Amino acid sequence: MKTRVVVTLKPSVLDPQGKAIEGALKSLGLEGFASVRQGKVFDIELEGVEGDAANALIQQACEKLLANTIVENFAIQHG
Amino acid sequence: MAEPLKAAVLLFPGSNRENDVARALAAAGARVEIVWHESDHLPPGTDLAVLPGGFSYGDYLRCGAIAARARVMEAVTTHAARGGLVLGICNGFQILCEAGLLPGVLMRNAGLKFICRMQTLRVETTETPFTRAYAKGQVVKYALAHGEGAYMASPEEMKTLKQTGRIAFRYCDAQGNADAAANPNGSLNNVAGVYNSDFNVLGLMPHPENLIDPLTGGTDGRPVFAGLVANMTH
Repeated sequence: MKTRVVVTLKPSVLDPQGKAIEGALKSLGLEGFASVRQGKVFDIELEGVEGDAANALIQQACEKLLANTIVENFAIQHG
Repeated sequence: MAEPLKAAVLLFPGSNRENDVARALAAAGARVEIVWHESDHLPPGTDLAVLPGGFSYGDYLRCGAIAARARVMEAVTTHAARGGLVLGICNGFQILCEAGLLPGVLMRNAGLKFICRMQTLRVETTETPFTRAYAKGQVVKYALAHGEGAYMASPEEMKTLKQTGRIAFRYCDAQGNADAAANPNGSLNNVAGVYNSDFNVLGLMPHPENLIDPLTGGTDGRPVFAGLVANMTH
């Protein structure tokens, strides 16, 4: 079973990297970018766990390691 | 006469300041042992566990995130819960935050640049084993060397830190003004270091261990180590 976890900075947290990327896009002459925020994607393959147990497992992984919930949010997408 | 302070300096893959801090502790009269991160215990009689600076696990995932889950950290958590002293410098501070032993988190410097230079700090409290050898409000010069040192905490957490006097050091100018102009990395309230609620765990971004010899820039860091050693022999 395949799962994707997307970790993003909470909206209230400043993202200087996103700002720098936004600036670079604008300096390329690309117009229309209001803001850019950078995040992380984890593609995970599970073995021998499915359904609710898989959900609970990934939830634990996110809370314990993949995201720092002080400053980051996470979203779990089952593929 | 009591035994001198016994310090365990933890070594993670990618730590690089372990010898600096070991030398600073030894120069102050402490007994020092380097402990590998896979150890499930600290050496018997350890008074102080030190998490040195560096780039543990190449800063993968988040600075300090992987090291915070290393086996030896369970022993450090137990040591801290018993009232044992824990000092985290730079990457060590990041690891302590990731491990939940200190509140908050260290984020990318506001200016995105790695900062490597001397920095003045204000000692905010001297009622702890780490800063007892300083005067309250004293301005000291330590070395900065980090790319991710912007301290962040929730507004509630920051309020608690202030009210309980748990801010250890603040970035300031040479006159002791801890204002925005003296903030090198975007840390909230110029915070350079914080204590846990029992004041036995300290984390800070700047390096006192690199200011112990006039030959390499000054001796402002010495009182940290001298104070820790004196604390034990009293």
